[in-house]
Amino acid sequence: MKTLIKRAALATMIGLSTPTLASVAYVSNEKDNTLSVIDTETQKVIETIDVGQRPRGILLSKDYTKLYICASDDDTVQVLDLATRKIVDTLPSGEDPEQFALHPNNKHLYIANEDDAIVTVVDVDSKEVLAQIDVGIEPEGMAVSPNGKWAVNTSETTSMLHWINTETFEIEKNIVVGQRPRHVEFSKDSKTAWASAEIGGTVHIIDVENLEQIHEMSFKVPGVNQDRVQPVGIELTSDGKYAFVALGPSNHVAVVDAKTYEVLDYLLVGARVWQLDLDKDETHLYTTNGVSGDVSVINLEDMKVIKSIKVGRYPWGVVIDPTS
Amino acid sequence: MSFLSRTAATLLITMAAACPLQAESLDVRIGYLQWIPDQGPVLSNVIPEPDDAGLRGAELAMNDNSTTGKFLGQTYSLQSDVADTEEAAIAAFETMRESGLDLFVVNAPASTLKTLTEKAGDNTLIFNAGAKDDALRTGQCHVNLLHTMPSYSMLTDALGQWLNQRRWDEVFLITGPTEADKGWADAFHRSAKRFGLEIVEDKPWTFDADLRRTASKELPLFTQASDYDAVVVADVRGDFGEYVPFNTWLPRPVVGTQGMSPVTWHRVVESWGAAQLQNRFRELAGRDMNSEDYAAWTAVRSIGTAITDLNSASPAEIRNYLFSDKFQLAAFKGRKLTFRDWNGQLRQPIPLVHPRGLVARAPFEGFLHPNSQMDTLGFDRPESECRING
Repeated sequence: MKTLIKRAALATMIGLSTPTLASVAYVSNEKDNTLSVIDTETQKVIETIDVGQRPRGILLSKDYTKLYICASDDDTVQVLDLATRKIVDTLPSGEDPEQFALHPNNKHLYIANEDDAIVTVVDVDSKEVLAQIDVGIEPEGMAVSPNGKWAVNTSETTSMLHWINTETFEIEKNIVVGQRPRHVEFSKDSKTAWASAEIGGTVHIIDVENLEQIHEMSFKVPGVNQDRVQPVGIELTSDGKYAFVALGPSNHVAVVDAKTYEVLDYLLVGARVWQLDLDKDETHLYTTNGVSGDVSVINLEDMKVIKSIKVGRYPWGVVIDPTS
Repeated sequence: MSFLSRTAATLLITMAAACPLQAESLDVRIGYLQWIPDQGPVLSNVIPEPDDAGLRGAELAMNDNSTTGKFLGQTYSLQSDVADTEEAAIAAFETMRESGLDLFVVNAPASTLKTLTEKAGDNTLIFNAGAKDDALRTGQCHVNLLHTMPSYSMLTDALGQWLNQRRWDEVFLITGPTEADKGWADAFHRSAKRFGLEIVEDKPWTFDADLRRTASKELPLFTQASDYDAVVVADVRGDFGEYVPFNTWLPRPVVGTQGMSPVTWHRVVESWGAAQLQNRFRELAGRDMNSEDYAAWTAVRSIGTAITDLNSASPAEIRNYLFSDKFQLAAFKGRKLTFRDWNGQLRQPIPLVHPRGLVARAPFEGFLHPNSQMDTLGFDRPESECRING
């Protein structure tokens, strides 16, 4: 009896203390319909939150008060209040939302609707659908440039980058890249965009001013069959020094010199590494490993994998709250 | 005179410069032909095969091509014919040829395919999305014939690798009476040799009883042997094979054309974005996507992928592109698919499935190949007499 009370008290204490104390990472578990909350200090899962069906893309509001979640099989975007860690609202999203990106105005959410070949733009305050833009088959990756000028969508089967003008909501340019483009990441100065092509095995670096490819990277992981080298997630350090590329079923993350495009190292992480995020002081990189169901933590100081954290089944996205 | 010719030359240059603009509207027409001979009465007719298997896959790929094409000024149209007889299929092919079509996807038996290829002429490209016969990949190749349907040997090699890595290497083989059954069983014999399997019993299926009443009595006796690790069934049309699982003499798994099967495609395949393809197909066809649909889809998508890059629908240019380093097809199997340059076969992983789940996916780790691990499935270059690219 005594232990029971003790345990209950302890649980209450933990329950109360977590939202304010630690720096946290949120991980969406595609086949568990949950989010894992990781304390980045202790590198342990401190909470598992039930969310909608097949959660994939997740992102933070610009004021870091909310987390948006693509609940793909519920055809909706859920809004998680970070203070209480409760789902407080849903947004119209179009069918099968997979990835999305928030405009710097903190209002316009660009959602890739994978099954419908459209990008839906939603005003997160009024919940109004502002536009639906026809794109290629299986729109997947979504990014908005930090200066707010461009929204870019990748369509996997069409193998294109669609450049959407964020004022007119119209496509201004289509760039054909390698097969199955998955993800786009802008440099912090909005001057370059990095796009990964999963089946092509390439990363394409686009000069944003001229909307032209300036470089194409490929990867060779020692001892891994070339067709298992499949770039997906990309993360760039804000000092412009490094790029990290998740190489899917090769189970490695490439460390790239972001200026020379030279691959500096390949780091072994969990199985089928998908998405990446840096912590707030950019000393650690977190990777979601879909098949092994864990998150690997890379220390940027010596570029070593220092920890793997068990999460739910098929972890898809990861974001770290820099204010926590 | 010289002024005139200079003007003419200028005109030509102007036209040539204007061409890329005009060429932005490229109309691509693809022909789809299907002829499936009557399979004859089968014992297991509980779940009928769809009549439009193949056609719907081609249609979906046309939609996919068109969506890409609209950003590039390319339009696609499919002319399809599902024939009742071989003559009707050949007549439909000739009509399409006369109307100017030169890109074809064919889902028909090997003999029909051969007739069509002979009639086709040089400037035509045909994709075999139906016939699995190994002979089409080992000796009877044709320069303008590509295969998106895997061969029997690719399927049985996938099964052979799996049995090998499970160490289930003593098998009991039951072979049905049809040509296709023999083709499958011959391929399995070859796979058994390649992957160190021992066929402890090799029995032809000769019973003609209705197994829905008597399977439980007849099959245990039929599968009596001192020991085996698995029963392998070669029953391509699905006549008796469905009644073998759970009715074997020894408590052993059943694999092959029934039980756990190596297939081109199946509704249980969902990784690598396949869930999206399955959803798109279901929405279009109102049923699940099967192997014939997938073979037709990969054929039409191969054409589309080439045209996206080439902005030309010339069969010769497409053929060159498909055999070049530039071509790679993203086709929801977790690897880029390419064509074997000796026999025109599309390399691809082979899922091993049971009716409600994915068991494994060949090729398996540990089966090595100097060029592509996918070439551990089917007839590799040294084993095939074909050299369609010289």
